[in-house]
Amino acid sequence: MPKKITIEPVTRVEGHGKVTIMLDDLGKVTQSRLHIVEFRGFERFVQGRPYWEAPVLVQRLCGICPVSHHLAAAKALDVIVGAGTGKGLTATAEKVRRLMHYGQFFQSHVLHFFHLSSPDFLFGIDAAPELRNIIAVAQENRDLAYQGIMMRKYGQEIIAATAGKKVHGTGAIPGGVNKNLSTEERDVLLKGADPLNADKMVEWSVSALEFFKHYHKNNRDMVDNFASFPSNHMSIVREDGAFDIYHGVLRAVDHEGRKILNDVDYQYYNDYIEEEVRTWSYMKFPYLKEYGKEKGWYRVGPLARLNVCDFIPTPLAQKEFEEFKAYTKGKPNGMSLHYHWARLIEVLHSAEVIRDLLNDDELQGKDLVVKGTRQNEGVGVIEAPRGTLFHHYKVDDNDLISMANLIVSTTNNNEPMNRAVNSTAKAFMNGQPQITEPMMNAVEVAIRAYDPCLSCATHALGQMPLEIKLYNEKEELIDKKIKG
Amino acid sequence: MKDKKVLIYGYGNPGRRDDGLGIKMTELIAHWSEAHHLEQIEVDSNYQLNIEDAEKVAGYDLVIFVDASQETDLTNFKLSDVVPDDKKVEFTMHAVSPAYIVHLTEKLFNKKPETKILSIRGYRWEFEEGLTDSALLNLERAFIFLQCKLMNWLDVKFKGIKCQEEWT
Repeated sequence: MPKKITIEPVTRVEGHGKVTIMLDDLGKVTQSRLHIVEFRGFERFVQGRPYWEAPVLVQRLCGICPVSHHLAAAKALDVIVGAGTGKGLTATAEKVRRLMHYGQFFQSHVLHFFHLSSPDFLFGIDAAPELRNIIAVAQENRDLAYQGIMMRKYGQEIIAATAGKKVHGTGAIPGGVNKNLSTEERDVLLKGADPLNADKMVEWSVSALEFFKHYHKNNRDMVDNFASFPSNHMSIVREDGAFDIYHGVLRAVDHEGRKILNDVDYQYYNDYIEEEVRTWSYMKFPYLKEYGKEKGWYRVGPLARLNVCDFIPTPLAQKEFEEFKAYTKGKPNGMSLHYHWARLIEVLHSAEVIRDLLNDDELQGKDLVVKGTRQNEGVGVIEAPRGTLFHHYKVDDNDLISMANLIVSTTNNNEPMNRAVNSTAKAFMNGQPQITEPMMNAVEVAIRAYDPCLSCATHALGQMPLEIKLYNEKEELIDKKIKG
Repeated sequence: MKDKKVLIYGYGNPGRRDDGLGIKMTELIAHWSEAHHLEQIEVDSNYQLNIEDAEKVAGYDLVIFVDASQETDLTNFKLSDVVPDDKKVEFTMHAVSPAYIVHLTEKLFNKKPETKILSIRGYRWEFEEGLTDSALLNLERAFIFLQCKLMNWLDVKFKGIKCQEEWT
C-alpha cells in the first residue's frame, strides 16, 4: 500500500507550510511537494489606494520582513514621482535607506542563524524535538544564544532610528526619506556601551562565521552533500559586479557560472521573468522565460548572491568570500546547507557596511527628497534577506494604484525548495523500514536552509480550509480529510 | 510595588483590523501614564514578540503583554499569568509567545519579572485598518480594568476611574 507522509507544520520557519511525500509499495519516494497553505490578497488589497500609502501599507504583508517591502515599494514609487531609479535620490536619502536596509538584513540573518538553524548545528538533525529550539541552545552554549539576541536588538535599533518606529515605519517615502540620522542617534549606534556598538557587531559576526566553519570542518560530508544540486542563480549586483543588496542590475548565472541574464535594468523584469501557477500550491513558480519552465528556474538569497557577484566591497567579508569561492574552485556553489555559510558572510558584510555608514557625515544631511516628472508605472527591486524582491505598481491619473504585482523572495525559491525536499526525502526515506522523527526533521533542515518566509509568499482572497489528500501511484484519490 | 518598573507591551498587526488591539492599548496607557506622571510605566509595541524582547523584559519588575484574542468563549478580556514552560517548543519563530520570552529571560538573563497577558477579544482580521465596534467596546472595558490594576499595583489613586471591586 503506498503511503503518504505529511510533515505539518514545518517547524522553525516563518509562516506555515506543509510537506507531502509519497512512497510506493517498496517504500521508495515517488514524489514530494512543499505546499503553501497560507495565502494573502495583498496585490488586490492595495488597488484603489493613493500611491504614497504603498510604502506603509505593504509592511502589513509580513511582520518579519516589513522593511524590505517598505523599501521595495519606495523604490518603485521613486520612479513614479520622477526621482528615477536608484541613483536619482540625494546622497543623504540613499544612505539613510541603505542603513535601514542593512540593519534589517543584519537582524534577519542573525535571527535565522542563531535561533532557527543553530539547534541543528549544535545538536544534530537526529536530536530529539525538545532540543531543537533556542532554549536548549541557551543551556548548551549561553554565549551563542546571548549574542544572537543582542545582535538582533542592534539591528532593530537601527531600523527604529531610520524608519521612525518599529511598526509601520515611515522612513522611506517616494523620492527619498522623511528624516535623516541625527548625531545623537548615530553616536548611540556607533559607539554605544558594549555590546551594542558597531565594532562589537563586526567582532561577533566574525566569530559566528568561525562557529559555522568549525562545524563544517567536522561534518564536511553531510554539509556538502545534503540537498546538493546544480541550478541557476539570480540576484541584483552593482553595475561593476560588486555585491549590493540595495540597488543594481539584474544578473543570473547558470550552474557553470555563465551569465544567462546579463546585467539588465530591472524595470523591464517582465521581459525576462514569467510566473507559473501549479494546481497544488498557492505559491507561484518564477522562471527565466528564455530558458522555459524546466531549465529557467533559479535560486535566490545568500547562496545565489555570492554565486552571482564578482566581489564584496568590504575587506573582512571579501576575504571570507574568497575562501567561499575557492571551496568550489570559483564555480557556483549548489550545496543547500552552504546557504548558512553565505548568510554569515552577508552578516559580516552588513556589520562592516553599517559601521562605514555610521561614520559618514552625509547621514546628517538636510536634503532629503527629489521629485521630477510624474510617471504612471514603476518597478522597485531590492535584495531582501531571503532573496530578490520585486514590487511593480501602476498608478492612474487620480494618483490611485491601479495595478500591483509582487514577486517575493520566497516565491523565487519555490522550485529550489521543492527540489531540496525531494533530494532529502529520497536520501533519508528511500527503502527505510521505519520513518523516524529525525528523518522528517532532515526534510525541514533542507527547507530551513532557504530561510523561507511563507507568510508573504502567496496571494489569494477568501477562506481556505486545510485539505489533506492521499493518492496512489496512479494519482487516484484514495483518501481525503478537511479541517476548518 | 510603588517603586517597581512596569512594562506594558502590546503586539499585533494594526493593518488587520482587531489584531491592532494590543498596540491600541499601549497608546492609551502611554497617554494615561504621561498625564498622571507615572514614570514607572513604560510601553512598547511590535508586530509580534521577538527573541530580543527577552533582554527588554529582563529590565522590569512587572510585564503585561497585551494581545487580541480569537477565543470565541472569551466575553470581553481576561488577565492571565504567563507561566514559562521549558517543554514548550514554539511552532514558528514568527509568533514567539510570552511563555517563550519569559523562559528565555530566565535562562539567559537570570531574571524573573512578574508577567501577565491581557487578552482582549477581537472579531475581524482581514486587511483593513480600524477596530470593529465590538472590539472597541472590549478595549474600553479592558483599559479601565488595566488602569485600576495599575493603580492598585503602584499604590496610587486617581479620581474619575470607577473600579469594580473584583478588579482591585
